[in-house]
Amino acid sequence: MALVLNEDQEMLREAAAGFLGEHAPVAAFRALRDSADKRGFSPELWASMAEMGWAGIAVREAHGGADFGLVGAGIVAEEMGKTLTASPFLSSSVLGAVALTRFGSANQQAAHLPGLASGAHLFALAVDEGRKHRPAQTALNAKRHGNGFQLNGTKAFVVDGPTADQFIVATRTSGAPGDEHGITLFLVPADAAGLSRETRETVDSRGVAELLFDAVDVTADAVLGEIDQGYAPLETILNAGRAVLAAEMVGHASAAFEMTVAYISERKQFGVPVGSFQALQHRAAHLLTEIEMAKAVTLAALQAFDAGEDEHTLSRVVSIAKAKVGQVALLAAQEGIQMHGGMGMTDAFDIGLYIKRVRVASELFGDASFHGNRLAETLGF
Amino acid sequence: MSELEGFRAETRAWLEENCPADMRDGAHDDASACWGGRRWEFASEGQKLWLERMGAKGWTVPTWPKEYGGGGLSKAEAKVLQEEMDAIGARKPHDNFGITMLGPALLKFGSEAQKLEHLPKVARGEIRWCQGYSEPGAGSDLASLRTRADSHDDHYIVNGQKIWTSYADRADWIFCLVRTDFEAAKHKGISFVLFDMETEGVTTKPIKLISGSSPFCETFFDNVRVEKANLVHAENKGWDVAKYLLTHEREMIGNLFGGMTGGRALGEIAAHELGTDDRGHVDDPLLRSKLVQAELDSLAFSGLLQSVGDGTKAGESLGAMSSVLKYYGTELNKRRHELMMEVGGHDELQMTDANRDGQRAKDWLRTKGNSIEGGTSEVQLQIIAKHMLQMPGA
Repeated sequence: MALVLNEDQEMLREAAAGFLGEHAPVAAFRALRDSADKRGFSPELWASMAEMGWAGIAVREAHGGADFGLVGAGIVAEEMGKTLTASPFLSSSVLGAVALTRFGSANQQAAHLPGLASGAHLFALAVDEGRKHRPAQTALNAKRHGNGFQLNGTKAFVVDGPTADQFIVATRTSGAPGDEHGITLFLVPADAAGLSRETRETVDSRGVAELLFDAVDVTADAVLGEIDQGYAPLETILNAGRAVLAAEMVGHASAAFEMTVAYISERKQFGVPVGSFQALQHRAAHLLTEIEMAKAVTLAALQAFDAGEDEHTLSRVVSIAKAKVGQVALLAAQEGIQMHGGMGMTDAFDIGLYIKRVRVASELFGDASFHGNRLAETLGF
Repeated sequence: MSELEGFRAETRAWLEENCPADMRDGAHDDASACWGGRRWEFASEGQKLWLERMGAKGWTVPTWPKEYGGGGLSKAEAKVLQEEMDAIGARKPHDNFGITMLGPALLKFGSEAQKLEHLPKVARGEIRWCQGYSEPGAGSDLASLRTRADSHDDHYIVNGQKIWTSYADRADWIFCLVRTDFEAAKHKGISFVLFDMETEGVTTKPIKLISGSSPFCETFFDNVRVEKANLVHAENKGWDVAKYLLTHEREMIGNLFGGMTGGRALGEIAAHELGTDDRGHVDDPLLRSKLVQAELDSLAFSGLLQSVGDGTKAGESLGAMSSVLKYYGTELNKRRHELMMEVGGHDELQMTDANRDGQRAKDWLRTKGNSIEGGTSEVQLQIIAKHMLQMPGA
């Protein structure tokens, strides 16, 4: 497959850029942050985005979606990254959509996909329990209880946890933390008895919650996929999320870079624009090179997902993208602050908003070390 | 069956019949290259046949038009050809600066007569070209070159010196930048001329590098007569040709470093040579971490090469994007070879039969030139800052 966008995809990009430029510029995110809204996004904006068809962008038309695949989701995410648009897109329209479309039973799909695709119902993935992303370390206990299961434990850093209507929860039904076997995915409604959530304030001012499962009873129908066999589906869901996060970070890096080059081209010291100094020009040129690579590896990962590549290939290209783009986006944000000089330290300038979001996005679902290690293992060293 | 699949089937059958057995070992290092030209000594009958057969089909330059000796293939067909060649490990039939550098420039700027005269000979590997660009006083500041061509009716008399002329001592013809206007601004007095290296007054002297090899020469011109029919584009417009050609040279150099070292991943070599722990990890966490980064960057760079290739039409110049590829590809290659030396340890610091007389060390030393030849990394960054970022004063 050619590593370029086709005509439909280019049109989607233009539509997304146009919409976000008008309805969700960086100023909109800044206003949201200043309002200290615990939800971490604007429901009105999300409703408009859903009207554009974005909530169901990766869902097939039969279930009310726009059927643009993960490449389509990545295009929208990249544009949202440029404007720092906060929304439940990643959690619901990517992670939730992939979980249900790939692994949901016919009943689960019929019950949930229309609401997901319309944007009315929000989904979130509850996977990590500790400081770092370690899906195989899943410990949250699910034991058989009556006709169903009872869940006990906690989930940390659940993105869009404060607003989700349904959680996709990774649990342990057998084995020990560290085992890939013995993980089971459940669909758990947010209002289940015994499930409580605590909203956490985060560095990027988005909606994140800690979940506490205290004897939460679910029926056997709530299992997503197969009992004890949840690790492979979880990886597929995560790989989709990682690829789309990479796309979002390409947007962060591009926008941070563009505003930085614009700033140093204007800002004068010693009577000339500081951007006329080679010390800055060469760093900017290096960054351009890195960002071009970030774009290429991201598109390769998104395409691999849509092409249905096997799990081994998919993991490899996704790890390349998540690791590389995470590094590039951090570099773009760090260099952005340094090149903005004193202004880069102030809250009034947007560059600081980017470094905060990039720090979170690069950590989510595996940082560059996690994915670099995984890549090395797939390459045999 | 689509047209392209039909082409694939025909190509596969043709390659199966025509690619000699000893040309199917997948080798693509310096030692296996076939440079062609009047003085080329073929390493084997197979190498000779392979060049003749591919040259006759125009597949040494698959996307060039047929009237100039090319294969007349579309970009998609050329990709299929490359895939089918890779599938049987076919060697590249022919390397020539006439293919990667002069050809694209002549196709764009050459007269019809020049194209008909020179391009088919490149395609068939009959004439090996070298590049007369740098001079002792004109390296990164190439446009300050001083080799002069004085006009006399139908010819020029060329005097001066070039340096870093790759394989000048083995080339048949040279494409050369000369100064034809001594009053004009430095970029505006340069012309692009072609001449035979056997012309009286041309001498070459190889330069020994730190790697021990001598791929470059000093080249001297003492009253060399060049017919004006061999002026490409207009007099004093040579800089346009020179710049265009450089984008192809940079693209070529960038493409050389697509992410493998001798066809194997760096990490795989390290695991093989250094051994692994019970998790299969290279047994030195700090080295492994550097290897991971190098592999990650190599794979990302391969992705960029693919995306740039897919986004460009056949024969189209990449412009300043060629500087992106040249800059990153060469810096990455230097990093990879530093790591190869680190992995090799004591064993690769000695010249032994087992390590092909210290080949890894020689390769490592040779890479130091990668980020200098064809325009230094600093020059590439400057081109990016100026042409892609439009930065002030760049």
